Amino acid sequence: MKAVQTDVVQTSAVIEDLTGPAKTGRPTDRHLGVMPEQNADAAIIRILSAEKTFPNGTRALSPINLNVRKGEFLSLIGPSGCGKSTLLKIIANLIEPTDGRVSWWNGDFNQIGKPGRRLAFVFQDPTLMPWARVDANVRLALDLERQDGGDVTGKVAAALAQVGLTRFARSYPRELSGGMRMRVSIARALVDQPDLLLMDEPFGALDEFTRNKLDLDLVRLSWERALTTLFVTHSIYEAIFLSTRIIVMAANPGRIHSELVIDEPQPRDEDFRTSVRFAHLCRELSQMLTQASHA
Amino acid sequence: MPPLLASEWFQRIATPAVVGLLLVSGWQAACRFFEIPQYLFPAPTDVAKSFLDNMPMLLGSLYITAMVTLKAFCLAVLIGTLTAFLFVQSRLVEIGLFPYVVLLQVTPIVAIAPLIIILVKSTDLSLIICATVVALFPIISNTITGLRSVDTGLLSYFRMKKAGRLKTLVRLRIPSALPFFLAGVRIASGLALIGAVVAEFVAGTGGRNSGLAYQILQSGFQLDIPLMFAALALIAILGIVMFVTMTALTQVLLGHWHESAMKEQA
Repeated sequence: MKAVQTDVVQTSAVIEDLTGPAKTGRPTDRHLGVMPEQNADAAIIRILSAEKTFPNGTRALSPINLNVRKGEFLSLIGPSGCGKSTLLKIIANLIEPTDGRVSWWNGDFNQIGKPGRRLAFVFQDPTLMPWARVDANVRLALDLERQDGGDVTGKVAAALAQVGLTRFARSYPRELSGGMRMRVSIARALVDQPDLLLMDEPFGALDEFTRNKLDLDLVRLSWERALTTLFVTHSIYEAIFLSTRIIVMAANPGRIHSELVIDEPQPRDEDFRTSVRFAHLCRELSQMLTQASHA
Repeated sequence: MPPLLASEWFQRIATPAVVGLLLVSGWQAACRFFEIPQYLFPAPTDVAKSFLDNMPMLLGSLYITAMVTLKAFCLAVLIGTLTAFLFVQSRLVEIGLFPYVVLLQVTPIVAIAPLIIILVKSTDLSLIICATVVALFPIISNTITGLRSVDTGLLSYFRMKKAGRLKTLVRLRIPSALPFFLAGVRIASGLALIGAVVAEFVAGTGGRNSGLAYQILQSGFQLDIPLMFAALALIAILGIVMFVTMTALTQVLLGHWHESAMKEQA
């Protein structure tokens, strides 16, 4: 693990350059906590001086440079209004940057959806269709991708099994708890085998117990599928538990403040959450957040 | 309480029935006690007798009014929905045309009915047009609101998945708009009946194909007040049947997912 403090003035600096020499990134190294390759070639998402000013004049993001590497679990953390969600939506092509650009697998957004270049987004709310049953909600991802045929039902069943909701396939969203609805949302994201998973504070509205349980599920799923994940959160504990790398953002305008690499074995379990190491990392991230909020 | 009395369906039917029975009994008793003449305010038994005496004629009129109402209602649903779809597709179209839809709504039908009846040669068609005009606005207004009240997260999801306009309309906007649309349809069903009755009054249609409004007019001229009440009761029953049908349709389409149609959990 190493923490890298960036100068507030240098918010446009490429974080990649600040993280030191590259380390080996073989998938098999993940369980040893070894970071994937950190050179630019391994980046599947490149944010190049992307900035965002909304029509009402609010400057949500000052120019940001960031590479997201294949296989990493990258968390964005920071105070409210620091542009975490905006940055995530720019990556999902839901918001156009005012200036700068984003490159997906060294190309434009048109290639998203092709094999090996699938992207899924989990929102703050489950965003399920209340009129459709759970299995139909999960199937939506495949329907919109025009994936028809016999294996669709199998894929939906597999995705629901992964989030432990097989029994609730024929239920309506209103019949489920908040945590279960969020799992349906995750199943919908996983059903078309994404290569990049974007999650915008997905567990923010849930109670601590459910949140911890879903964090564990996410660690397992991310590990099993070797997913590249971008995760927005307000929770220091959640960020430490899930991530291989954490980007700390500062507000007014939104910018990258610093970075923390969590070089711990994967997949993580409850023991990690109660370890001394975890507490140390939490303190370190907390200090970085305090600095970011005063920056 | 015995299970039958405690059951919801029994209470839903029995309670209003008992209230109705009490009101009619009170009405009957008051008419007899105060000896109110028939031509001023007939007793329920006088109305029932008049209905039985004139049943074929009244049922014939009911059929005509019901047909005008039903055709106007269907037309209003069709035109209203298509107009709403058009408005939602283009903001410019909505800005350009919506004021005229409002104009149609705020102009009293009594004022424009004579013009429609003069311009349209077929009496039936003119009645249908008048009733359609009255029923149209709530469908357009509610459907537009519904089509625009889409969960922004789901809309973003569809956009991210590169779903086209048609797919977004069919898979997302239409189901989202359904509660609003059905609320509009419920209001429109009542308005279609009001429009049909008002148009019949204005048109003053006579002869074999006359509706219930004509029967009310004629009975008024002849001071046959029990017949007037019988015709009025049939109009009320027609309105109730339409409302109950729309409520049942709403229950079928929304009962399993939308709060407005779900039964309260004990």
